[in-house]
Amino acid sequence: MATSTISAGKRPRTGSILLKTVMAVTGVIFVGFILAHMYGNLMIFAGKDSFNEYAHHLREFGTPMLPEKGFLWIMRITLLVSLVLHAASAFLLWSRAGRARTVRYVQRKGEWATFVKRSMRWGGVALLVFVVFHLLHFTTLTINIGGTYDNPADRLVASFGEWWAVLIYLFAIACLGMHLLHGIWSAGMTLGLNTSLDMAERLRLVAILVAVVVVVGFALPPVAIFLGLIP
Amino acid sequence: MKLTLKIWRQNGPEDKGGVVTYPIEGVSEDMSFLEMLDVLNEGLTAKGEEPVAFDSDCREGICGMCGVMINGEAHGPERTTTCQLHMRSFRDGDEIVIEPWRADAFPVIKDLCVDRGSLDRIIQSGGYISANTGSAPDAHATPVPKDDADRAFMAAECIGCGACVAACPNASGMLFMGAKITHLGEFPQGQPERDARVLSMTGQHDEEGFGGCTNLGECSRACPKGIPLNVISQMNGDLLRAQRHRA
Amino acid sequence: MTAPLIEGLYREGEPIADTAAPAGPIAEKWTQRKFDAKLVNPANRRKLDVIIVGTGLAGASAGATLGEAGYNVKSFCYQDSPRRAHSIAAQGGINAAKNYKGDGDSIYRLFYDTVKGGDYRSREDNTYRLAEVSADIIDQCVAQGVPFAREYGGLLDNRSFGGVQVSRTFYARGQTGQQLLIGAYQALERQIGAGTVQMYARHEMLELIVVDGKARGIIARDMVTGEVQTHLADAVVLASGGYGNVYFLSTNAMGCNVTASWRAHRKGAYFANPCYTQIHPTCIPVSGDHQSKLTLMSESLRNDGRIWVPKRREDCEKDPRDIPEEDRDYYLERLYPSFGNLVPRDIASRQAKNMCDEGRGVGPKVGDFRRGVYLDFKEAIGRLGEDAVRAKYGNLFDMYKQITGEDPYQVPMRIYPAVHYTMGGLWVDYDLQASIPGLFVTGEANFSDHGANRLGASALMQGLADGYFVLPNTIRDYLADGPYEPIDVKHPAVVEAQDAVERRITTLLGINGDRSVDSFHKELGHIMWEYCGMERTEEGLRKAIDLIRSLREEFWRNVRVLGAADTLNQSLEKAGRVADFLELGELMCIDALHRRESCGGHFRAESQTEDGEALRNDDQFLYVGAWEWGGDNGDPVLHKELLEYEAIELKQRSYK
Ligand SMILES: Cc1cc2nc3c(=O)[nH]c(=O)nc-3n(C[C@H](O)[C@H](O)[C@H](O)COP(=O)(O)OP(=O)(O)OC[C@H]3O[C@@H](n4cnc5c(N)ncnc54)[C@H](O)[C@@H]3O)c2cc1C
Ligand code: SF4
Ligand code: FES
Repeated sequence: MATSTISAGKRPRTGSILLKTVMAVTGVIFVGFILAHMYGNLMIFAGKDSFNEYAHHLREFGTPMLPEKGFLWIMRITLLVSLVLHAASAFLLWSRAGRARTVRYVQRKGEWATFVKRSMRWGGVALLVFVVFHLLHFTTLTINIGGTYDNPADRLVASFGEWWAVLIYLFAIACLGMHLLHGIWSAGMTLGLNTSLDMAERLRLVAILVAVVVVVGFALPPVAIFLGLIP
Repeated sequence: MKLTLKIWRQNGPEDKGGVVTYPIEGVSEDMSFLEMLDVLNEGLTAKGEEPVAFDSDCREGICGMCGVMINGEAHGPERTTTCQLHMRSFRDGDEIVIEPWRADAFPVIKDLCVDRGSLDRIIQSGGYISANTGSAPDAHATPVPKDDADRAFMAAECIGCGACVAACPNASGMLFMGAKITHLGEFPQGQPERDARVLSMTGQHDEEGFGGCTNLGECSRACPKGIPLNVISQMNGDLLRAQRHRA
Repeated sequence: MTAPLIEGLYREGEPIADTAAPAGPIAEKWTQRKFDAKLVNPANRRKLDVIIVGTGLAGASAGATLGEAGYNVKSFCYQDSPRRAHSIAAQGGINAAKNYKGDGDSIYRLFYDTVKGGDYRSREDNTYRLAEVSADIIDQCVAQGVPFAREYGGLLDNRSFGGVQVSRTFYARGQTGQQLLIGAYQALERQIGAGTVQMYARHEMLELIVVDGKARGIIARDMVTGEVQTHLADAVVLASGGYGNVYFLSTNAMGCNVTASWRAHRKGAYFANPCYTQIHPTCIPVSGDHQSKLTLMSESLRNDGRIWVPKRREDCEKDPRDIPEEDRDYYLERLYPSFGNLVPRDIASRQAKNMCDEGRGVGPKVGDFRRGVYLDFKEAIGRLGEDAVRAKYGNLFDMYKQITGEDPYQVPMRIYPAVHYTMGGLWVDYDLQASIPGLFVTGEANFSDHGANRLGASALMQGLADGYFVLPNTIRDYLADGPYEPIDVKHPAVVEAQDAVERRITTLLGINGDRSVDSFHKELGHIMWEYCGMERTEEGLRKAIDLIRSLREEFWRNVRVLGAADTLNQSLEKAGRVADFLELGELMCIDALHRRESCGGHFRAESQTEDGEALRNDDQFLYVGAWEWGGDNGDPVLHKELLEYEAIELKQRSYK
């Protein structure tokens, strides 16, 4: 008799939900990193010495179990891999969505969703460009703003003496905030955390909270420096 | 009321199609949107022009057969089905743009009619509980907590209209699919096949050419039955669980 | 067939002698029949083809069950998905003799209530079996995951419905039909996935193929490409629903039609009791000429709402809130003190009509009269609180507001009766087999279980009983003699059927007259409602027959169907359906005319008691009227199936 039960496993496994899961997990890694990074930045308010010490400490973190800079490299590799996966999944999903509707509507409402969609995609691209710039600026020291200095704190203070550098960073921080606002909510959805209307509320709240904290936390040092509040 | 209708006309799946403008008069507030189109069609027939093809059946908001894009919104400005939308929601002199659902998984058949067979195939791939006729135990053998039963019912209200897909900027079918997975997953009877169901259905969804969900929520805003976004999250969670179990 | 032409309208033929029910006590018949029905070896089932037209409760459940059993099933529906069959619209609930409430329900009581509700015009054997299998339906649906309403303890909840005094109705808020159909649809999709069922959505059956006296297939039109296809099989099942749309305005879906049944009728299947129509008392009244359908407000509203009209005609235009209590006539409570607002549907409907005919109707005038009565929740809101009323009926109130623009929490609802269900349908025997061997008919499309009036929540029960439990057991007896001889597509009977369909399509497209299909449909509906509606008279019915004949003649001369045959063409689809309605309408009037008694939904003005209640005439009319097609120019032939009541005593119904 030809009855059947569901036979799973005959389908390809690169499903769109899998891609989203990759984005969610890597996104969570970024959120962790960003919060730590923000903490480090805020050290500047404790004085240049503390800041430099913190930067130095990062290099030696984990020694002697790890070689010097070992921890830093683990971090860098993790972040790089995450970044590649995050961006690749995003582009894949983007292109699939494009193929899912090849004939467009003549008229379209739903401005907010379209805005969020665009801000995630183009904001994401902007962040990618910014990350490259930021690495050239503070990691490889290829770009020098306001002169060359050999300790991190001085470099920081000098850079943010320039109004345009502050603007670039503030713009990036704004992009990051937007990205987090939807990204954290989205990660929660993808990881299956939104299971009721109450949970949805909480998830939104967490997303807003983290986004606000990150924006304020990152914006404080450059603004303070520019206004000359840090000696 | 006097209105100007701009309607997508397309003679068949291969035809390119385009927007045609029709003025219409004598529309009353008590008409439903589809009755307004009936009036238009009677007029076109009288003039010897072929009437506009659009789908509808129950005209009570329950069969899910109707559905068009009205001024860029799936099922129009109210949260209801196209057949339950009434002309009270429009003003004299309005211009109304009417288009079919657009998604490559829903090819246009003619004018405003599309083929939603892809939704049926998602159900075929696992949107059921395998219970052969006559083999069921007494209905009271397994009590179900009322909260679970209520959540299952809420998700089971989906009428399969496809507005979620039409409204989604990614043309994703995840609200429809999440609703079914949540409905069946809330019941004790649905547990044995829970993992297999989500794996198989999500696979079929992608194979049909629907886009991926980016959690924007347009689907839920357009859904005439108010299916909440959390059914998608439930499905995602179920999928992760199923993959863990398989690993 | 030798009997004389009666009244120049029909002939009387041989009575129907055998219904194929086994002998013995009524409670054992079904067990006996299941045992007697031959079995089909599982290995042979794959070689047996079964066509099922319709994917409503009756068709989807049968398709799923036969597919599971291993037969080769082809399933057809005219919608774009099997899930959209009109069963989806049923709101109130489904009956089952589970006696979960311990209020004295039993198989026998459900059987008794159904026979009495049907005004003693149904076949005892079938009705008993319906009650017998009802409990299994609930078990099956729960196993499939149908989300019935539950109590806090986790067990299933029940409500009560009009015309009975026990709580046996299972429900899923106001969407019971939807949930049951989705259950059956999912079971069907499972078989489609497994390859035992092939689904043909957007396909309309336009002809039955009969070879050597047996039903052997159908001609269907692919509604997207226009292709006219031949499908052959060992047996054909029609589960194509009811024909209420003959009235144009009804609570049926736009596409509901009689075509499948009517085509079978023209090929020799008897059509039984066509005039038995159910007019549902609580629907939203007509608002204007543009109206395309009527919307039902669930009967459950009568549990808490009170029905009234003003005592004086002058008050009918007033705001109902300004009419004081003493000027209101709660007529059902006045006329039927023991059942009050919960009298059966036929009675509630007719009394609403009477009130409006007296000039005491409310709402806007349609023609000369106001057609509406109030259904008032003020008292219920006062007693239970607005929140409790919202929890119970919220979705119905919202639907009412959406359609009328009035808020029923503030002003009383206006309701009026509308055509809702057709008890008549193709004649079937105990095995659900029509008078053509190999043709089986299930669900609303057959005539079998409800007599002259159907009780609320019993149609869903019948559809699923037929599809899950009855048909699969009886059809195997027929299939066990198969596979039947293969038929060539060039067989004259097949070619003839195919040609007939193509000719008809060409004719319809070629007439190119002045009037749209809808205008004919509306006119037919108007005739039917006026003369073959809630109250029927000899004079009116004769007039209707003349009117229908000339309308039909005009149709074939003057209809305008635009577009082509080889694409989606909705005017063409409608034209074919209306053409069949124009023939059915006449038969309904003839049936109504010949039945000079009142019973259930069939009220003949000439046959009423002194206080205006329906008066049956058991001496002359205790039979099923099964009509045989008499040819395009001939007259229909009446075959009587005499009804015998052994388990239940015949009584005049009373709900006073
Ligand atoms: C508004 C409303 C509310 C109701 N509420 C209740 C209730 O609360 N309780 C209750 O018990 N009953 C109720 N009923 C009655 C009940 O819903 C129906 O009698 C029952 O569902 C009929 O089921 P069915 O399977 O016989 O037919 P349907 O569900 O009507 O299915 C007919 C099928 O046949 C197909 N079909 C028809 N013609 C053709 C053709 N020519 N070619 C191909 N396919 C064709 C259609 O596509 C469809 O799939 C209600 C009915 C209505 C209209
Ligand atoms: S989820 Fe809502 S919008 Fe999507 S198909 Fe179901 S009812 Fe329609
Ligand atoms: S026509 Fe059935 S939902 Fe609109």
